[in-house]
Amino acid sequence: MKKSTLLNLAVAVAGLAFCVLTEETGLISNTLKLVLEFIAINSILVLGINIINGYLGVFSMAHAGIMAIGGYAASLASMYFLPSPELFPVSLLIGGFASMLIGLLIAFPSFSVRGDYLAIITLGFSLLIQSLLENIDFVGASRGLRPIPHYTNLIWCYLCFVLAIVVVKRLVKSKYGRSLLAIRRDQVAAELVSVDVRHAKLVAFGLSAFLIGVSGGLLCHLLSYTNPGAYGYSLIVDGLIMVYLGGIGSITGSVAGAAIWQVLVQTLRPVGMWRWILGGIILIVLMIFKPDGIFGNAEFSWRWLAGKVVASGRFFARKGARSGGGK
Amino acid sequence: MSRETILRFEDVSMRFGGIKAIDGVSFEVEEGRIFGIIGPNGAGKTTIFNVISGVYVPSSGTVSSASLVLNKLPPHRITGALVGRTFQNIRLFDDQTVLDNVKIAQYSKTRYSLADVLVSSPRLRREEERIHEEAMEILGSLGLSDKAESKAGALPYGEQRRVEIARALASRPRILLLDEPAAGMNPSEIDSLNALIVGIRDRFGLTVLLVEHQMRLVMEVCEEILVLNFGKKLALGRPDEIKNDDRVLEAYLGKAHKHE
Repeated sequence: MKKSTLLNLAVAVAGLAFCVLTEETGLISNTLKLVLEFIAINSILVLGINIINGYLGVFSMAHAGIMAIGGYAASLASMYFLPSPELFPVSLLIGGFASMLIGLLIAFPSFSVRGDYLAIITLGFSLLIQSLLENIDFVGASRGLRPIPHYTNLIWCYLCFVLAIVVVKRLVKSKYGRSLLAIRRDQVAAELVSVDVRHAKLVAFGLSAFLIGVSGGLLCHLLSYTNPGAYGYSLIVDGLIMVYLGGIGSITGSVAGAAIWQVLVQTLRPVGMWRWILGGIILIVLMIFKPDGIFGNAEFSWRWLAGKVVASGRFFARKGARSGGGK
Repeated sequence: MSRETILRFEDVSMRFGGIKAIDGVSFEVEEGRIFGIIGPNGAGKTTIFNVISGVYVPSSGTVSSASLVLNKLPPHRITGALVGRTFQNIRLFDDQTVLDNVKIAQYSKTRYSLADVLVSSPRLRREEERIHEEAMEILGSLGLSDKAESKAGALPYGEQRRVEIARALASRPRILLLDEPAAGMNPSEIDSLNALIVGIRDRFGLTVLLVEHQMRLVMEVCEEILVLNFGKKLALGRPDEIKNDDRVLEAYLGKAHKHE
């Protein structure tokens, strides 16, 4: 096994140990734990959005509707068929697959429609799902669903988070990932060098929707409550902000975007309404000076980190030598 | 010795609104030939390439290869099985490496499913290793081995042309379509292009169709030449026949030539 793989594995296991310890002994405050859970859930959501908006380069706003489907499907499964915490993964899978089916449907218009028109179709889809849920009495209409069993904990969040990263990483390195980037650049050229564009798009939309659906399931089982209002414009905007903040076409960026936005939202809580204004300003400034997001399409790697450590070590060594010489 | 026909155009027309970009064109290409297509601007040369590779579905007529009718097949099926092509205005995936450009074009020859990707199966690793070696071999045969990790968009023009050829070869085609490969090259680069075209034809067992304005290159490298004018077939023959064909000279130089 390669050294970096071993290192990744070690970090992943250490992370899991931390999560188990936290759940068992209350290592960190409940507020902090909730923030970590939100970051993990949002990371999965953003990874899902990034497959479509980042790698494939389609400006989609369907994630709100897809997340609603996943959240509702998983919640209903837990409430009516699977009333035990051990079966929680099954509920999550049901949410993921329900979303995936819808995602595959959305892939079809993307075969022939592009750009702004596709953006409007996906926006329409999200709003349509929201008003459907508002009008179906079986799922509580606009009152929402409750009580959804509180199955989500830090361990589940973490496990799904790690799995999501592994899945997206493998996708990106495969022929499908390569062809998504090719389609983003020049769809006709991609077709003319033998890329099956429809198949690649189906794979992308299906996997993206699955991840978004799982994040919806986790969120509902964390809050024990959900309603159609949670899947409107604010979720559409939040999702897009996190993707473009972190970096389109970057796994590291997805996680960073989710984490930074969560921390911002939490720390700006005391200023009330102003946090939306501050958030907007941050986004505008970022788009002007770093339009590719914080990470662009770069990725974290141990070698990159080692390079940074060595560079900063040199920096401080030089500084030390200079101040030493001045004395 | 007569060879197998690998590509057949039967009375093919391509209309865009009222304009006939190609008009009742018929010809056959024998396997292993280097076949030139020339003609003044707007004669329909690139349209022929677009019809072969499936970008356009011809308005009438049949394009076929052996028993396979290409008319209604989508581009990725045609390019995945039979045809590799380059573009008049280079269309590389600029922001990706040269190696990845080639690997993208190996899509149809990379045999694993999404399930293999998700579990990172041995088959996936085997296939990825295989296409990596093949891609490096193709890059090697075009003298691009040391450029594998460069971003395609950062290369000089002549090298980008060669990357396009490498990418076109990646799907293991039997027919290679080269759309003005000499455009923007200097005379010495054109000389080496000549040898390159013959070299890859022999090495990969290809049939080459060449659209080109550089007459010297066309006359030297092609074994048979189709001349188009306003979408119609004007002449078809060996280079020495084409050079001395009155209709061809008229189309290129105008009527005044005859009074000489």
